[in-house]
Amino acid sequence: MAYLDHAATTPMLPAALDAYVAAARELGNPSSLHAAGRGARRLVEESRERLAAALGARPSEVVFTSGGTEADNLAAKGIFWARRDADPRKRRVVASAVEHHAVLDAVDWLERHEGAEATLQPVDGAGRVDPEALAELVRAHGDEIAVVSVQWANNEVGTVQPVAALAAVAAAEGVPFHTDAVQAVGQVPVDFAASGAAALTLTGHKVGGPVGVGALLLGRDVPCTPLLHGGGQERDVRSGTLDTPGVVAFATAVEAAVTGRQERAERVAALRDDLVGRVRAAVPDAILNGSPVDRLPGNAHFSFPGCEGDALLLLLDAQGVYCSTGSACSAGVAQPSHVLLAMGADDGRARSSLRFTLGHDSTKADVDALLGALPGAVERARRAGAWKTPR
Amino acid sequence: MSGGVDSAVAAARARDAGHDVTGVHLALARNPQTFRTGARGCCTLEDSRDARRAADVIGIPFYVWDMAEEFHDSVVDDFVNEYAAGRTPNPCLRCNEKIKFTAVLDRAVALGFDAVVTGHHARLGADGLLRRSVDLPKDQSYVLAVLTREQLDRSIFPLGDSTKEQVRAEAAARGLAVADKPDSHDICFIADGDTRGFLESRLGAAPGDIVDGRTGETLGRHNGAYGFTIGQRKGLDLRVPAEDGRPRYVLSITPVSNTVTVGPREDLEVDVVSATRPIWHSASLAEDCDVQLRAHGEVVAASVSVTADALVATLRSPARGVAAGQAIVAYRPDPAGDIVLGSATITAGTRAASHA
Repeated sequence: MAYLDHAATTPMLPAALDAYVAAARELGNPSSLHAAGRGARRLVEESRERLAAALGARPSEVVFTSGGTEADNLAAKGIFWARRDADPRKRRVVASAVEHHAVLDAVDWLERHEGAEATLQPVDGAGRVDPEALAELVRAHGDEIAVVSVQWANNEVGTVQPVAALAAVAAAEGVPFHTDAVQAVGQVPVDFAASGAAALTLTGHKVGGPVGVGALLLGRDVPCTPLLHGGGQERDVRSGTLDTPGVVAFATAVEAAVTGRQERAERVAALRDDLVGRVRAAVPDAILNGSPVDRLPGNAHFSFPGCEGDALLLLLDAQGVYCSTGSACSAGVAQPSHVLLAMGADDGRARSSLRFTLGHDSTKADVDALLGALPGAVERARRAGAWKTPR
Repeated sequence: MSGGVDSAVAAARARDAGHDVTGVHLALARNPQTFRTGARGCCTLEDSRDARRAADVIGIPFYVWDMAEEFHDSVVDDFVNEYAAGRTPNPCLRCNEKIKFTAVLDRAVALGFDAVVTGHHARLGADGLLRRSVDLPKDQSYVLAVLTREQLDRSIFPLGDSTKEQVRAEAAARGLAVADKPDSHDICFIADGDTRGFLESRLGAAPGDIVDGRTGETLGRHNGAYGFTIGQRKGLDLRVPAEDGRPRYVLSITPVSNTVTVGPREDLEVDVVSATRPIWHSASLAEDCDVQLRAHGEVVAASVSVTADALVATLRSPARGVAAGQAIVAYRPDPAGDIVLGSATITAGTRAASHA
């Protein structure tokens, strides 16, 4: 088995799993006032401090959530609601065209149900947002913009955005800047304070922690209306009993991912470069999508002309090689990737793409397994692609 | 794997027979929302989930294949165009011909698979002959008779020796949750079952005359000739009763003049059926055999002769309600299951001159 889908989810780190199990054996609701509750609260707050320290944030800026989707929704909707309520002119929401659906669909919902006006910032052929173009937009419409959201790194093609430059142009006009850093944490240096972002999304299961826990780092002065109402556990911005073992394991994983980041990133990037070179040698007309430079270390994303991505996926799956078409699914049907389309690819190139993502436990054997299966799979997928052409 | 009980058990049996089986669910709706309103459509999200769960229980890989464009072009458009041309299509037959045993099979073979397994109730044994299912009321050989030799050679129908009841019992014994899922009957892309409304939404209203087949007299108006099928009695809404007071039936549909011709039941009777695009498996081009003229229709003894592009059947006793566009399927009666000799698309049913 060769697991090349770490961007979907990555194995839990043993330390995070141990921390989870240990904390799950303990009794106590962190909101309870007795000793058991205080014990749980202590675990949560220590985790908050560790997580904040690892990401250049203050502990009070950490709002635990159920994961990346909730954090993205909280940032996009919550900041929009709060700023529009304070100033009815602030109805515009700016997002890049290559955002994850957790942001894009939240923005779309705001437009359809809350009277928001969505502006999708275009990207270049590598998937990058141009800070100067964003600056122009913000200068022209700053008093109408409720929030700007641009991801730190793309989940499909791995392109890393110039986040600090983008955050700076938003901040210059007093507009809160949110960044979805789900794919970035543990892969590239992420420092919340240094980035200048007002809000930042991360999640546990992409860094070796458990699924079902994540966080929004939210500046103390950033207004945000809650999505979930109830006990007000997290700064009154997010309600719900805190998942103590999840939070502990999450913080353990983030800490480990950030501490060992540089060494691991260098190793994974070398492995990825080997993968890219060997795929190109085996399939000379394969197109590497995304940026050759500003790229996540574990990401390789190709279009294989004449192939359908889902046919390749099936054939590789049958050989024990697990990867992804990288695009959103609708009832299991692969849609052409909005990311590739935004980067200027045509429908065919978008549908012929496949994402390979390496992670902390990837080895050369994984790359060898891929290259063992890929040439035959491409040949078969090309034959199978021919049936789609008009006869 | 449609998400129903038949394809689930077929997949399980194919796996038990030692094949390396992969489950495929076809997404057939061009817009994922359009066909997904009815609980019984063949491509609802629930059906996709049911198929996935069945594949999990059986222990085989599972994928959804997007055949929406092909289905729309080959089946839905064909359905509408056929009605517009005054014919009565069978979309399930067309789906077998163009999608399941062409688009899916071709893609599967290119990807390295050897055959398509389906849950159709029909027998296809080692002798290569397609036969009726042991469960005659559930028999689906009629909608498979359009398959060519090459297609049949790459098809596996594991259910032909079982009754539907046995299939359900086996599904329950295997722990498949779809064991007691209701059968689907309707046309999968018309979720509400309103075929006339579906056609009207695509073809628009086209009012025309309803005329008497014997006198040529105009008896009433219709809102679109495509809404009628040969042999139809209900829904004519004729204000003028027949002289003898007997019910009148649709005898023919003429798209050019947009007329629907009606008459008494006996005028529906035909004993010569002409058909085109024959698929013929028998070595002999003339056969005394049984013919079936519509899905789940009665069987009539006939003598059939076949050429490269036509089939003519002379019926031993007249048949009623023979509609152009339907398939004529020839069967050789056999104690081990009636054998499909071939099929063709009906172009006309006529009355031999001697009877006139």
